[in-house]
Amino acid sequence: MSLPHPLARIVASKDFRLVVLIAILIVVFGSLIGDRLFGQLGLRSMAYQLPELGLLSLAMMVAMLSGGIDLSIIATANLSALTIAGSLSLMPAGDGGSAAALWEIGSVLAGLAVALAVGVGNGLVIGYFRVSPILATLGSMTLVKGLAIGLTHGSVLSGFPPAIVFLGNGSVLGLPMPLIVFAAVAAPLSALLTMTPFGVRIAMFGSNERAVRFSGVDTRALTLRTYVLSSFVAFFAGLVMMARFDSANAAYGESYLLVTILACVLGGVDPAGGFGRVSGLVLALVVLQIISTACVVLGLSQFLTLAIWGGILIAVGALDAASAGGVFALLRSLVTDVVAPASASPPTGASKPQ
Amino acid sequence: MLKAARGFRQSQEFWLVMVTATLVVVLSILRPNFLSLQNLLDLMSSYAYTGMLVLALFVVLIAGGIDISFAAVATAAQYAALTVANSYNIGWIGVTLIAAAIGLSLGLVNGFLVYALGLASIIVTIATQSIIFGLVLTITRGQDIFSLPEWFTRGVDWTFTVSPDGTEYAINLQMIALVASLVVTWLLLNRTNIGRQVYALGGNPDAARRIGFRVFGLNLFVYGYMGLVAGLASIVLAQYTQSVSPTALVGRELDVVAAAFLGGASVLGGAGSVLGAALGIALLAIIQNGLTLLGVSSYWSGFSTGVVIVVAVVAMARDARRRWRDSPGM
Repeated sequence: MSLPHPLARIVASKDFRLVVLIAILIVVFGSLIGDRLFGQLGLRSMAYQLPELGLLSLAMMVAMLSGGIDLSIIATANLSALTIAGSLSLMPAGDGGSAAALWEIGSVLAGLAVALAVGVGNGLVIGYFRVSPILATLGSMTLVKGLAIGLTHGSVLSGFPPAIVFLGNGSVLGLPMPLIVFAAVAAPLSALLTMTPFGVRIAMFGSNERAVRFSGVDTRALTLRTYVLSSFVAFFAGLVMMARFDSANAAYGESYLLVTILACVLGGVDPAGGFGRVSGLVLALVVLQIISTACVVLGLSQFLTLAIWGGILIAVGALDAASAGGVFALLRSLVTDVVAPASASPPTGASKPQ
Repeated sequence: MLKAARGFRQSQEFWLVMVTATLVVVLSILRPNFLSLQNLLDLMSSYAYTGMLVLALFVVLIAGGIDISFAAVATAAQYAALTVANSYNIGWIGVTLIAAAIGLSLGLVNGFLVYALGLASIIVTIATQSIIFGLVLTITRGQDIFSLPEWFTRGVDWTFTVSPDGTEYAINLQMIALVASLVVTWLLLNRTNIGRQVYALGGNPDAARRIGFRVFGLNLFVYGYMGLVAGLASIVLAQYTQSVSPTALVGRELDVVAAAFLGGASVLGGAGSVLGAALGIALLAIIQNGLTLLGVSSYWSGFSTGVVIVVAVVAMARDARRRWRDSPGM
């Protein structure tokens, strides 16, 4: 069997239709409110907002790739941010200097340790006690958030050293720091998931758990490491959130929880596990962010944004379901027949990317 | 007989009964007023909304699906029905009908989309939750309704006994609704043909389809039932809280999901009993009420609930694994 023409393969991929969607959005909104949406201010606000949801979605994606789900990511991010904030508030007063810098680094590491501990807990319960991921992380989400509320009584901790505030609000060479942090997490994560045995095994595990176990992989340890990785990414989300708001709270970003799942599925992550790429997720995030910022510019309610996001997911799902007669199948067959008639056309419906 | 007894001893319900009973004994020793009639009636009233939703969600879980959108559905039904009630004199029947109709139709939309899109039900209902909640908040601008018709706020109370010291004990709308949905859900799952089909669908969807069950119809039925109950529960809740708040319900749906799983619904579908669901609700209610009575700061109630959920799911998973190992042929 000959491989399909590279161009046909690109068009058939889930990433391609997101690119089309982005192009449509740019044309539509560009003609309506282009100067404001894609002006300096619009792009700037997009670049500062996308990383929060983006980092949380990456954390969710790791778990979904393995066929699981991690509902505790936001609680983890917040507890980790509160740990950093609490530790910073204990910093002995005095002149700045290296002692203060050391204390700051120690605080961040303490926050990281807390996040990893939650990940280990999730991984143990899911991998070794065989509790289903949705149940286990529902429990740990309640527990971790409860711990954060119990310790802080729901209050906001604020006022951080310049280094942390810079992480959320500064920019380097015109690039906002949150975006740099996002890229610095997303790119290595993408490499990890596609190029290392550990990363490939996560997706294989999501695709066929039994086959992975029978091929000699310790699936319990693999699950443990998957959820530690998810929490590790959630830690960066917590760090960026606290830096951007210059404060930490047990309930920040809570409404994002279900949106991260929405973003992952829109980005082509299979909810049943096994398939999904960071590139697709990033494109989906761009789609969501353009819609969100456009709604702000148009003066529409932020809740309407949520409704449109949900509508987009249903619409994409409907396109998938009707792919036999859908727009993308049409585009696909156009490209395969007109541009690359010599190559074998991929069978419709059987063209799962990866 | 002995076999049946052993079967019960190994079941999820047995563990729930044991844990709940232990908690009840400990609490009533520490705080004698825990077992007072008044406290139990109060508990039932305040958990009526959650309880009704847990029972309906249980049906969806048994069918192998999940619904995340019920809180948004309840918000829409509640807001619409009581907005109309504030302008027109539609009475209890009118309010109930409007809420039920909105809940049912949104539920049917869920059922249709889950079947037609072929996507995981959790994904579809997250999307519909976003759509419904987003639109409701856009239209209402997130404003609460505090003034409700007088006949509505008065509610329904039947005093059934008066204690010697003059305290009246009454049965109210919340208790009736909770008990009614318990009875209806039990009858539905255990005494009707469609209820058995729901179990079969969750147990093995392919087999159910090949036998000739109308899977589309069953989907419409379970999600429709969930929507209908969400609509009715929203009225029960509005009567209890004496207000309508479009932002109060969404965001807390995972509590309901947790209670349903605690009650023994399998993540894979096909299993679970109404008794278990009732015990799951009771367990959560008793823990939260018990902590309040013990004087634990409400700031720690989330943490305690989380600990109980984690311990319970780990214990139940170990139990299930043991049964799996002991079962013949494995």
